[in-house]
Amino acid sequence: MRTIETIFDLSVEGRRGVKLPALDVPVSEGLGQALCRETAAALPQMSELDVVRHYTNLSAKNFSIDKNFYPLGSCTMKYNPKIAEKIAGMEGFAALHPHLITNGFTEEMQGALESIERLQSVLCEITGMQAFTTTPQAGAHGEMLGIMMIDAYHRSKGHKRKYVIVPDSSHGTNPATAAMVGYQVITIKSDENGMMDFEAFKAKMNDEVAAVMLTVPNTLGIYNKRIKEICDLAHSHDAMMYYDGANLNAIMGRVRPGDIGFDVIHLNVHKTFATPHGGGGPGSGPVGVSRTLEPFLPDIGVAKHGEQYALTTGGAQSVGKISPFFGNYGISLRALAYITILGANGIRNSAAKAVLNANYIRVRLREHFDIPYDTLCMHECVLSAKTLAKEGVTAMDIAKYLLDFGFHAPTVYFPLIVKEAIMIEPTETESKQTIDRFCDRMIAAVKLAHEDASQFKTYPRTLGVCRPDDTLAIKQLNVRQPL
Amino acid sequence: MPYTPHTPTDVTQMLEVIGLKNEEALFDSVPAALKIDSLNLPDGLDEYTAFAQFKAMAAKNSTDKVCFLGGGYYDHIIPAAVDALSMRSEFYTAYTPYQAEASQGTLQVLYEYQSLICRLTGMEVSNASMYDGATALAEAALMAVRITKRNKILIDKGVNPQALKIVQTYLSFREIASEVVDADAVEIDESVAGYLFQNPNFYGSVKDFTALTEKLHVHKALAVMSTYPIALGKIKDPGSIGVDIVTADGQCLGNYLSFGGPTFGIIATREQYIRDLPGRIIGKTLDKDGKELFVLTMQAREQHIRRQRATSNICSNQNLMALRATIYLSLMGREGLAEVAELCYQKSAYLKKALAQLKGLKIVNTEPTFNEFVIEVADADMLLGTLKAQGFYAGINLGNLEVSRKNQILIAVSEKRTKAEMDQLVAAIGGALCVR
Repeated sequence: MRTIETIFDLSVEGRRGVKLPALDVPVSEGLGQALCRETAAALPQMSELDVVRHYTNLSAKNFSIDKNFYPLGSCTMKYNPKIAEKIAGMEGFAALHPHLITNGFTEEMQGALESIERLQSVLCEITGMQAFTTTPQAGAHGEMLGIMMIDAYHRSKGHKRKYVIVPDSSHGTNPATAAMVGYQVITIKSDENGMMDFEAFKAKMNDEVAAVMLTVPNTLGIYNKRIKEICDLAHSHDAMMYYDGANLNAIMGRVRPGDIGFDVIHLNVHKTFATPHGGGGPGSGPVGVSRTLEPFLPDIGVAKHGEQYALTTGGAQSVGKISPFFGNYGISLRALAYITILGANGIRNSAAKAVLNANYIRVRLREHFDIPYDTLCMHECVLSAKTLAKEGVTAMDIAKYLLDFGFHAPTVYFPLIVKEAIMIEPTETESKQTIDRFCDRMIAAVKLAHEDASQFKTYPRTLGVCRPDDTLAIKQLNVRQPL
Repeated sequence: MPYTPHTPTDVTQMLEVIGLKNEEALFDSVPAALKIDSLNLPDGLDEYTAFAQFKAMAAKNSTDKVCFLGGGYYDHIIPAAVDALSMRSEFYTAYTPYQAEASQGTLQVLYEYQSLICRLTGMEVSNASMYDGATALAEAALMAVRITKRNKILIDKGVNPQALKIVQTYLSFREIASEVVDADAVEIDESVAGYLFQNPNFYGSVKDFTALTEKLHVHKALAVMSTYPIALGKIKDPGSIGVDIVTADGQCLGNYLSFGGPTFGIIATREQYIRDLPGRIIGKTLDKDGKELFVLTMQAREQHIRRQRATSNICSNQNLMALRATIYLSLMGREGLAEVAELCYQKSAYLKKALAQLKGLKIVNTEPTFNEFVIEVADADMLLGTLKAQGFYAGINLGNLEVSRKNQILIAVSEKRTKAEMDQLVAAIGGALCVR
């Protein structure tokens, strides 16, 4: 059934969408036939209204925070304040050319340098790290930089190590990053409390381990009580402790990774500091380091000298360049705007309300779902739909059912260690009333599962499309509209 | 408190349900010895005061000079509709489109994006975007290593020197050999995984790389070309000259300069290499009722499924920037993009010709150029400083990127620049050189 019209279907020969300035210089001869394309690229031909109507209609097919509650575990889908967009859109920031940096025109960009220096400083204070770089363009990019710096540290001591340790509850980016920087991955299982099994960890720890990557609190929403012991054991082997800051929202203003003894941390500002997800990006993944790793920071930064801001270059041991300039600067600005408005107390309060909301959901749903690790949680709680298996209802069924009632699906089937996992992270920006409506709907889902499970496979019913055939998508690959 | 809606009554009721006495008890699982009582940060500001603070900061940046800076970041016209549409919060506050039924808007945009990139580059598959042009080139190098199972990357001397450094950083940790070479003199053999080149190159020159790609294919090595999407409105598309992987920075397609980011990276290739592509890919399929829809596909390449065996650790795309590019290319359309490219080319040719007349200045490029070219003067620092004082960012001081290019300046011309602005620049440069 053909239901979709793309820009190519809407194209009409000879139609134009934009009027450009006229050529106001004498015409020079061309580049020559050998270098020029023979026919114009087959882009669509549309009027401005065609384009505006098409994309406005497409936007209406999306769920978004401004329309829907996203109880997405591990994703921290909090509200994105509008003021941050207004700030980043100011011409003084948006029209600033990065090669002014190359020219060394620092007096022309004092405002930008000030904002970067301030962000570096406040992130140091929030995390307890010694220095920060805002150059990584996403959390995973920050992870890569972190492991590169750890690698450079071990090489500087004359020995390249072999392994990176991750728990089995970790995000996929952790092992993927370790591999990308040339390490073998050792995975440690979780214990009955959902924490990295300490004895198993101890058994695997040796002088060939370069780093231990931990998400704190972990993806089960649990704070590891033995965190200090883990750090101390790793350090006794001169392995570096890597803090995946994906879940920093739960503990900001309450406990600082640097104080515990972590050597490097990346943050996901689209989670913790409310910059928009943008439907998948851009993110920004600033990285903080301890004194030990500071010499290995990338080749560009900002320092304050008196009232002036100056560019800094990396030292002799720098890992080099990972971004041309200051990464996704416009995103850093939004994060700084958010932190400026929250201030010290607002940051602490955000963490408290995030944890309050998550625990409220856990307790309201504990009698209706299996909760494999039913203990005080942090920013998220993980349920299991396995008790519904006998009715033939899966976590995915619950997810699709929720869509029809205006709730985005929770994260399902992650973390991998929980069967039929339903991972819920409400964030601090949702009200008790919204959360109550969500919990009521979750309870109604369980009731329906027991009463008429066959209904589930028919959801969602109201979104214009229902469940996709993912196998067909791969078997009959269609990733572009043919000419 | 801003952005947290809880009333005192809400908090009391919720704590009661949980069975805790106060908010502090929510953090009982954190060891007491590790806890802190406060942060040493200022108090929060109201929105109005915060905005004023940022406005004062923005005022300390200079964005009002006539801009001839390029080097991968260009001051092109951005139609108003690009902002209006990309600022719709249904797009920018949406999550990654894992739930296809709730994300058909984003998914269709990305399918159209992939289609547009294929049409522009002459490739068969594109992913849904990378961080930026430089990291896309680095990922393309890793891709060439994976595909050929060889361990050596050659990098052309015309590649953006910053991108070159980033590629070298990525490769160094994997112990992949790399070497900077000249396409005209290079020897290719069976050890080479891929050859990375840029066209138009960083210095603005456009070359015919067909002989190179043929030579590479004889030795089963891959041709990887970094390009400037606006130039593809005029120059030969990479597909037609035998390129295997195309990368580019997408800032020029409807995105702001924003001090270098966010922008986005393009990576596209031939269908046979799709399993080695990093990042997200969108496909079209059918739903259970037989209706067409879009989904994320080929996810078995990605970190959330494959973990340490993924093609890359990348976990995002620069979605909002790719969206802006999709809208930009739809608005420009077939004729519009060709016209922007022609305007850039013609205006740049005019300026290059006028500058060539000046004494004390040499045009460095020997090949044809698109919209950028390099001049050499006796003292680039002094010239750029003088012109800045007269209201021009006249170009990039290349000596600050590469010692061998001391006193060379890279000048870019976009369709925004007028004849009057260029005449004034020529007069200003002429005046400055004369004074010396």
